[in-house]
Amino acid sequence: MTTPTVMRGCLIEARDITKSFGQTPALRGASIAVAGGEILAIMGPSGSGKSTLLHCLAGIFTPDRGEVWFDGSRLDTMSEADRTRLRRTAFGFVFQFGQLVPELTAADNVALPLLLNRVSRRAAYKSAGSWLDRLGLGDKGGRRTGELSGGEAQRVAIARALGLGPALIFADEPTGSLDSLTGEKVMELLVGLAREGGTTVVLVTHDARVAAYADRVVLVRDGVVSVDMGSATAAAASARAVN
Amino acid sequence: MSVPLTLLGLLEREPSHGYDLKRDYDTYFGRGKQLPFGQVYATLGRLARDGMVIAGDAEPGGGPERKRYAITDTGKDEVDAWLADPVEPEPHLQTVLFAKVTLALMLGKPAAAYLDAQRAAHLRRMKDLTELKRTGSLVDVILADHGLFHLEADLRWIDLTSARLTDLAAALIPEAAPEPDKRERNK
Repeated sequence: MTTPTVMRGCLIEARDITKSFGQTPALRGASIAVAGGEILAIMGPSGSGKSTLLHCLAGIFTPDRGEVWFDGSRLDTMSEADRTRLRRTAFGFVFQFGQLVPELTAADNVALPLLLNRVSRRAAYKSAGSWLDRLGLGDKGGRRTGELSGGEAQRVAIARALGLGPALIFADEPTGSLDSLTGEKVMELLVGLAREGGTTVVLVTHDARVAAYADRVVLVRDGVVSVDMGSATAAAASARAVN
Repeated sequence: MSVPLTLLGLLEREPSHGYDLKRDYDTYFGRGKQLPFGQVYATLGRLARDGMVIAGDAEPGGGPERKRYAITDTGKDEVDAWLADPVEPEPHLQTVLFAKVTLALMLGKPAAAYLDAQRAAHLRRMKDLTELKRTGSLVDVILADHGLFHLEADLRWIDLTSARLTDLAAALIPEAAPEPDKRERNK
């Protein structure tokens, strides 16, 4: 495999990727590089392609053209089996909803990915209990997730995502269904624990208050990463350069 | 921020010396900008003149700072009325930014890039305030929330204006208006 010329410290990168659904283009040459340990927020209007970009980075979608690199390996040309393995071992996911099995308990949900990775039942449930404790849900391990509040369910999802010790967490509108205060608590936990463990986070959100937790914010418009708002100074310089 | 009414409100808790009032004002409302002693005593003097407070006898040590001030019934009524009176909603019409966008379009300059730069500046400030919430006291958190929600409202205006730039340009410069079918697509 050819060694990519990735940016220094880059963990995941999309290079000029395109993706269409039928006749509808979602990505038209999007490029983004995310450094290890970085917390990146991807913003953009509805239909801009931001979620499609996240799904391509996570290996859930395969781009029609372009390349996706993760930790020195080409993700978009991997076999489906290899990508599935990667998603189970290296990636964690926190979505707006639908990621937990409502009939299973909180502890079952957190332990499930570990069990799928052949961790022993005893160790998996011990780890699940520990993560639920850290997220303030130590007393909810035996409750079915379908009976939990939205904020509690998202905390279970974070415990599940972090429980594997992933290099990277993908979060798509993780606070989208929560009220402001609950969403804030969820973000504080997600970002705080990710920083503590050096975990990289790629976060899609339309909410500027959620994006404000990130180290860097990029804007996706019409299927391309149009503005990298790494800093206000850089954006201002960019605006002056256009003149 | 009304300094006289805020000092009056602090006095409703308990009679205080000017020094204590200044300390409490700076703690809760100063946010990095301390109230000068001179302004505290001048304000207390005016409040006493208007019957809102009464100054006790000078205590040993002399000087205005040794007087203990207490709120009067008139002062309490004033505080009640002030608290119950809704703050005038400020329209925040974004006059400067609106003027910049409008002029940029009129002059054929990159209005979208200006809005992007403004969006980035807003996000940077939101990031600072979010960090303040993480490290600050509950008072800091509440104040930062207020700033964050206002900045968020500005950002929504920026996003919507970005999406309407083509139509706005057409309204400002009719000769530059796109063909009807193209304008339809930009809606």
